[in-house]
Amino acid sequence: MKTTYREAMRTAIRDALQRDERVFLMGEDVGAYGGCFAVSLGLFEEFGPERIRDTPLSEAGFVGAGIGAALGGMRPIVEIMTVNFSLLALDQLVNNAATLLHMSGGQFNVPLVIRMTTGAGRQLGAQHSHSLEGWYAHIPGLRILTPATLEDARGMLWTALEDPDPVLIFEHGTLYNVAGDLADDAGPVDISSAAVRRPGQDISLITYGGTLPAVLDAATQLAGEGIDAEVLDLRVLRPLDDAAILGSVAKTHRAVVVDEGWRSGSISAEISARITENAFFDLDAPVGRVCSAEVPLPYAKHLELAALPTAERIVAAAREAVGTRG
Amino acid sequence: MTGTSARGTGNADSDHARHLLRQMLRVRRLEEQCVELYSAAKIRGFLHVYIGEEAVAAGVTSTLAPDDAVVATYREHGHALLRGVPAGAILAEMYGHVEGCCRGRGGSMHLFDAGTRFYGGNAIVAGGLPLAVGLALADKMSGRSRVTVCFFGEGAVAEGAFHESLNLAALWQLPVLFCCENNLYAMGTALARSESQTDIALKAAGYEIASWSADGMDVLAVEEAARRAVDAVRAGGGPHFLELRTYRFRAHSMFDPERYRDKKEVSRWMERDPINTLRTALEASGQLSAKDWKSIQQDVDTEVEAAVEFAEAGTPEPLEDLTRFVYSERSPE
Ligand SMILES: Cc1ncc(C[n+]2csc(CCOP(=O)(O)OP(=O)(O)O)c2C)c(N)n1
Repeated sequence: MKTTYREAMRTAIRDALQRDERVFLMGEDVGAYGGCFAVSLGLFEEFGPERIRDTPLSEAGFVGAGIGAALGGMRPIVEIMTVNFSLLALDQLVNNAATLLHMSGGQFNVPLVIRMTTGAGRQLGAQHSHSLEGWYAHIPGLRILTPATLEDARGMLWTALEDPDPVLIFEHGTLYNVAGDLADDAGPVDISSAAVRRPGQDISLITYGGTLPAVLDAATQLAGEGIDAEVLDLRVLRPLDDAAILGSVAKTHRAVVVDEGWRSGSISAEISARITENAFFDLDAPVGRVCSAEVPLPYAKHLELAALPTAERIVAAAREAVGTRG
Repeated sequence: MTGTSARGTGNADSDHARHLLRQMLRVRRLEEQCVELYSAAKIRGFLHVYIGEEAVAAGVTSTLAPDDAVVATYREHGHALLRGVPAGAILAEMYGHVEGCCRGRGGSMHLFDAGTRFYGGNAIVAGGLPLAVGLALADKMSGRSRVTVCFFGEGAVAEGAFHESLNLAALWQLPVLFCCENNLYAMGTALARSESQTDIALKAAGYEIASWSADGMDVLAVEEAARRAVDAVRAGGGPHFLELRTYRFRAHSMFDPERYRDKKEVSRWMERDPINTLRTALEASGQLSAKDWKSIQQDVDTEVEAAVEFAEAGTPEPLEDLTRFVYSERSPE
């Protein structure tokens, strides 16, 4: 079946609403407007205003209400338009969603799913181009998902809704229009493991979310130069699939981590640290990283491009790692 | 306060009314040009235009002194222009050129200009209100009699920052004027679908802030309401709040298919176009001749054409400068 990332996500939401009457979608303009990125288009007409619930501009309020509704037995899907607006709800996410289970000594779990758009690349300027999923991955108590493929856009949501604890799903804005084939019987997928998107022997390119297409491009270019790169899609940023990361590095002996977040204190720093802690003697080269330049994302196209991980920069980093003799 | 009454027929009044007409037209033409340039892919990112709402910015800014401050939203091209940011610098910004008012770093949603005390250009709904409160706090603490005006849409009223800001401003009696541009929709969400109490001026009154509403399609009514409020704020009367009832004629942004409102509703509001309304009233009272109107249009067209040329001729910032302006650049001691 031909579909897009956006439609796969919509199918997943529709499927969840049909499977479980406790599920509802809530957020700004998810209903009458059809969703700011048209993910929920048509669902308002299909399921009505109770279950496709438009909210005022009140991120702290409706995210917190989602947590409360989850405590009260519902299975909310809360949509935050984009990751920058999640900052207005950070208190509810970090101080409530992530802590209630622990503070209550295991009594109160929060079965909540929050979806939001993330990432740069569309000339939206400094306030609308953040990649903060790595930041959220710092928080114990949250599970962080970054679907990068049609299968994951279709399949992660239901598994997330079955999770007893809060799950945040980050959808990269440049992925919504990605089109391709999806099996007719595509359904729920696991939300705990990384996936090899291209097997290879010479170097592990480790990435997630919006940069997966650029990394796959880079791998194709590298193949033309005789470098056989393995592409590992993390899929889940917390908890990280250590076994998959270390297994790939044990095979290739080299790694470059590609992450659209800023370099300092990033998820790529965490991955690099885990590799050196656990696979130091497998390595033939220092772990490389390709991240965003440490600057709020500029509007001008040429500057924005220069700030972001591109296939060109990934290829260069891979060459450098492979050129290093072990 | 409905129906423009082109008060007074004295020369000064006529000149001033024609000035307001010209100001609104400058905004209208600049915005129309932006839409065109967006379609031609010269401007990218998100673009929100102010077409239909010109009377609000024109009426309010005409009451301000040069050293007053303005804080606005992502729908701020008109406010910037009317505060004195050159049209060329605004367009060059949207081209991503270094000649832009923010060197092409900000784009359409983030126009700033220190020279005219224009503090943005904020793309977080209600994000500007606390800044305005702080600017006013600084003025009060420094004993200056400046006014800070903060523009925001009615969508902002649901955010916590709105309520926290109003309370602080009232508690500390700060010289700030809050201007709510109530165009009835926050993206696709109608006011009545998002507020339990839709009388916005009443909410402000709940914080003990003097507040009233005005017809935002009538520039003279806006100006009169704003003048009263600005004078009171400047005289030490504490924060004031205006709800300006207006309507956006165009989509929320360039990505909005407008499924949420009726075409008939839009055309009803378009009959109250603030520019046509004032123009017709001035013509009827003999304050605007065909020649006057033609010359206003010509001047405005010339200004916008020159701005496009300026933006077109602009240059991209060198890539080596990518990581500038993350921290302040201090000259060596
Ligand atoms: C905190 C926050 N949440 C969501 C958005 C996305 N958004 C951009 S504009 C907008 C509607 C705002 O409406 P309003 O305040 O009435 O201003 P208008 O656009 O009508 O001028 C929304 C929801 C945002 N920019 N900031």
